Amino acid sequence: MPSAVRFPAPGKYRELERKACAIRQDVIRMLTAAGSGHPGGSLSAVEILTALYFQVLRVDPRQPDDPERDRFILSKGHACPALYATLAERGFFPLSWLEDLRRLGSPLQGHPDMRKVPGVEMSTGSLGQGLSVGVGMALAGRLRESGYRVYVLLGDGECQEGQVWEAAMAAAHYRLRNLVAIVDRNGLQIDGPTEEVLALEPLADKWKAFGWSVITVNGHDFGELLSAFESVGYARRPTAIIARTVKGKGVSFMENQVDWHGKAPNREQGEQALKELQERGEATWR
Amino acid sequence: MAVNSGPLLATREGYGRALVELGHRDERVVVLDADLSKSTQTAGFAREFPARFFNAGVAEANLIGMAAGLAASGFIPFASTFAIFATQRALNQIFQSVAYPGLNVKIAASHAGITVGEDGASHQAVDDLALLRAMPGMTVVVPADAYEAYQATFAVAAWEGPVYLRLGRPAAPVVTPPEKPFAIGRITVLREGDDVTICACGLMVGVALAAAEKLSAEGIQAAVLNVSTLKPLDTETLLAYAARSRAVVTVEEHSIIGGLGGAVCEALAATMPVPVVRMGISDSFGQSGKPAELLAHYGLTAQDVAQAVKKAIERKEKKNG
Repeated sequence: MPSAVRFPAPGKYRELERKACAIRQDVIRMLTAAGSGHPGGSLSAVEILTALYFQVLRVDPRQPDDPERDRFILSKGHACPALYATLAERGFFPLSWLEDLRRLGSPLQGHPDMRKVPGVEMSTGSLGQGLSVGVGMALAGRLRESGYRVYVLLGDGECQEGQVWEAAMAAAHYRLRNLVAIVDRNGLQIDGPTEEVLALEPLADKWKAFGWSVITVNGHDFGELLSAFESVGYARRPTAIIARTVKGKGVSFMENQVDWHGKAPNREQGEQALKELQERGEATWR
Repeated sequence: MAVNSGPLLATREGYGRALVELGHRDERVVVLDADLSKSTQTAGFAREFPARFFNAGVAEANLIGMAAGLAASGFIPFASTFAIFATQRALNQIFQSVAYPGLNVKIAASHAGITVGEDGASHQAVDDLALLRAMPGMTVVVPADAYEAYQATFAVAAWEGPVYLRLGRPAAPVVTPPEKPFAIGRITVLREGDDVTICACGLMVGVALAAAEKLSAEGIQAAVLNVSTLKPLDTETLLAYAARSRAVVTVEEHSIIGGLGGAVCEALAATMPVPVVRMGISDSFGQSGKPAELLAHYGLTAQDVAQAVKKAIERKEKKNG
C-alpha cells in the first residue's frame, strides 16, 4: 500500500531528481503565497510530471500548439500547482508567474484553464472528465494519422466517478494504444483513505477487466516510471499506469496526512517545508 | 406567409441530411452519438463516413468529453443524443469540458420537448433551453422546420465555438421561406402585423402562423417572428416589433421559465416593458401521450395561441387606457 512507497536511492536520474526537488519547492512557495490550494495531491504527482515533461513528452515550449505534440491532461485539476511549476521549469512561461497563483487576474487559476496558460491542454477541475477528453484527442490523433500520444493523469479518488469507466470502456473499444492513463494512487481523498470512503481495490484488476494494459509502479521512482512509459504502445490496447505514491510526498508533516489535501501551509509551515526539501535536495545532489 | 404544403419532415431529418452533405464538404466534421443514431438521424453520416463516426454507447458524459477532445484537436464534432440526456446527464461536462474552455463542440439534441410523446416525462426535455441559455458562451439554436434545420446545421458548423442545436422528433410542415439563408443570431419575420407580435421557436412557429391566420380572419393582425436563435438574441428586431405592436406573445415547446419567453422578457424589461403572455409548459413535467394530444393538453394549439394573443391585446389596451 502507499505507505511503503519511498524515494529510491539517488542514482542515475540525478537531473530529474533535481528538477523534482525544484518543482516541490515551487509548489510550497506558490501555495504559501496563495494561502489556499492543494499541496497533498500536488506533491504526490511531482515525479510523474517531472518524468513526463523532462523525459517522455514530445513537447516544445516554443511551439506549444504544434499539432504533432504529445498531449497531457491533468484530470485531477486540483493538483495544478505541480503542473504549473513543471510547465514553468520546462520553459512554457516565466517562473515569476507562479507567484500569482489564485490571484485575481492571474493566468494561474485555482484549477487549470487551457485558454490562459501555455502548455495546459485542457481546462479541468470538475473530476472525472479528463480521460474522456483524452479519448477524443487520441481518436483525433488516429484520424490525422499522427504519432502523438495522449497522457492523462487521474487522481485515485477521481476513479470513483462513473465517467472514468465510460471513458475506459471507450478507449478499449477503440483500441487506443496511443492513450495512457496514469493513476496517482496516493490512497487518500478529502474525507479519508479511499478504501474507507469508497473502496477502489482491486484497482489494477478493474483497469485490466476494462481491456487496458496495466503496469503498477512506485510513482516516486524515475526508473520504474520511465520503464513503464517506455512500454506504452507495444500492446494494441491503451495503457494504465497505477503509480503508487504518497500524498504530500517530500514534506514530513504533510506525508500521508489527509488534512493536507486542500489546505495551504502558513508562512512558518512553508518555511519548514522548504528547509526540508532543500536539505533533501542537497543530500541528493552531492 | 402561409404554411407551405409539401412533405412533412422532422427537424432531426433536416439535421441528418445536412450532416452527410457536411461530411463531404469538410473533413474536419466528425459525428458522435450515444446509441441513438437512428433516432437522432446520424446513422446516414455513420454509413457514409464510418471512420469519422464514433458511438459512445449509452454514456452521455463520455460522449461530451470525447467531443471536447476532438474539438481541442481541430475537428468539428457534432455530439448527438436526446435533449434530455445531452443536457441533464452531461450538463456539468458541457459546462466544464466544452463551454468553459470554449471548445468548438456542437451539441445536437433531438427529441426535445413534450412531442417525443409516448415515452413520457423521463424523456421529455422541458428545461434544456433554460439550462443551456444560462451557460456562459453557449449559442442556442432552435430550427423551426426540417428545411431550416438543414440550413442551420451548416451555419452551426461554420460558427466558431460551442453551440446547442435543439431538434424535434415529430414530422412537421415547412414554414420558413426557402429563399432566405440561415444566419445565427437573426430573427426572421414570417408575417407582418401591427396589433401583436408573436415570438415562436421550433415546432411552435407553425402553430403561431396558424394562429395568426385565424386571428386575421377576425381582424387582428399579428406579426410572427421566428426566433431560431435564442442566444445571442436578435434584440434589435425584437424591440422594433414590440415597439410597433406594444403587445407580445411567446410560444415554445419548453417551460415558460427561462427559455424563449424568459429571453424575450429579459430583453423587453430593460427598454420596452410591454405586456408579454408566455405560452409553453407551465411549471410541470410532461406525460405519455401522442404528440398532438400532448400539445393540446398543455395548451399549445393554434386556438390556444390565438386566445393568448387576445389576452395580450387586452392587457395592452388596459395599460394604455
